[in-house]
Amino acid sequence: MSEKLTEASPLITKESFKNVMNNIEIVDFEINLLLQAILFRYGYDFHHYARASITRRINNCMRKTGLNNISEMIAKILHEVDFFELFLKEMSVTVTEMFRDPKVFNTLRQQVFTQLKTYSRVNIWHAGCATGEEVYSVAIMLKEEGLLSRCRIYATDFNNHSLDIAEKAIYPAEKMAGFTHNYLLSGGKASFADYYQAKHRHAKMHSSLKEHITFANHNLMKDQSFAKMHLIICRNVLIYFDQVLQNKVLKVFQQSLLHRGYLLLGDKESLDFSGQSKNFLCIAKKEKIYQKINYD
Amino acid sequence: MLTLQSKKQAYSALVIGVSAGGLAALEHLLPQLPQCFSLAIIVLQHRGENSVKSIDDSDEDFLVEYFKGRCSMPVFAATMGDKIKAGHIYIAPAQYHLLIEQQQTFSFSLEPPVNYALPSIDVLFESASHCYKNQLIGLILTGAISDGSQGLKMIKINGGLTIVQEPSTAEASFMPTAAIASHKVDHILPLKDISTFLINLTLKDQGDD
Repeated sequence: MSEKLTEASPLITKESFKNVMNNIEIVDFEINLLLQAILFRYGYDFHHYARASITRRINNCMRKTGLNNISEMIAKILHEVDFFELFLKEMSVTVTEMFRDPKVFNTLRQQVFTQLKTYSRVNIWHAGCATGEEVYSVAIMLKEEGLLSRCRIYATDFNNHSLDIAEKAIYPAEKMAGFTHNYLLSGGKASFADYYQAKHRHAKMHSSLKEHITFANHNLMKDQSFAKMHLIICRNVLIYFDQVLQNKVLKVFQQSLLHRGYLLLGDKESLDFSGQSKNFLCIAKKEKIYQKINYD
Repeated sequence: MLTLQSKKQAYSALVIGVSAGGLAALEHLLPQLPQCFSLAIIVLQHRGENSVKSIDDSDEDFLVEYFKGRCSMPVFAATMGDKIKAGHIYIAPAQYHLLIEQQQTFSFSLEPPVNYALPSIDVLFESASHCYKNQLIGLILTGAISDGSQGLKMIKINGGLTIVQEPSTAEASFMPTAAIASHKVDHILPLKDISTFLINLTLKDQGDD
């Protein structure tokens, strides 16, 4: 698979040319050009993505689309908007499931939702919601805690394709057994089957859950906060960013949160190196739940 | 005797990919490396039914704690943004792909399994090779799937050194056999000889400076 990238093409090994770039440098150069093309053409700035992982994704995308090298991809990106849509989709392919890390959801229910009950209206921002599995997980928990009716969940992602799937709320039926297992481990109080309708090989989440969710395109690379939030959930998004972009996004979250608002990050993410740690209290270290403590 | 690999070339890091039967193999190898061992070591052990059975499989830190008590070298869990340091052992997490960035820091990814593996050895090895180029040693140990072959080959292509456990000494021979089939591996060694080989290799490195 990856030989394409590293084995020299005949052209550049001919002795008549001075070969001043090795193959790793050629790929790095091409990726720089690609990222610049995307920035100028579409305004998406991927320069602050973790480089190793975006390189991997670009290579995957190249293979899947049958291209021979990244230079070919640059041409497609510049001239075919549809191809860019596809590229975006590939950039955010991720493993997700309902109630992923059940312990985290259990703690969220116990420690955060209890506090949210003291508010008459609750705003929740699920940033980087991907295909929506976690949004529905949160909605189900809110419902069981009697909170959903006073909640507005803003579920955002920069990938329209993912948002479409999230909004349709239809998932493969064969995944429901795993989701049910997670649901029970996370402290689910009812029967998970009450929240979806199985038809053929699909399961559609109940529309009562969706009534309180607003799906919207929001790009953490460039967009600002849009409302004051009681809780921001952003799991396994920051892992793809470099420290600069992580800091920028965390600042947006900090500004967007109400005093004493909560922030939930992914298992491998933390505020430790961000400069935001002074503005938050870590209330569950393993589950990565933080509470805003300082005013700006 | 001078071989191709012992020409002046200082190695900075060693990546180890291991699957089924890994705990015993690592337990044999890692504690034998001295505290002063000069390379950074990044270990990716597949977790799951056939590899590591811990009391609580969900306990991420099991392997880290396990080897902390047994190794002379300091052992850490690979953490996002961590600067990789010489003489340290880092253990890959169970639920995320582990990658190495150009600045020799760790990053994670949650893309789907590669070679049915999450984390995947190929993903780690390829990114490590991109970062360390000819200063990297790749080592494939026991395992029952073919993950790691492509990554090991990439290390070789980029000028690094490749080592595979002699399959007959592996609890599961499939993974080392697949690695050997993928390219002309530099060294195929029985498990018991690997630590001595690594120690000699790094001492030679230092002597050359």
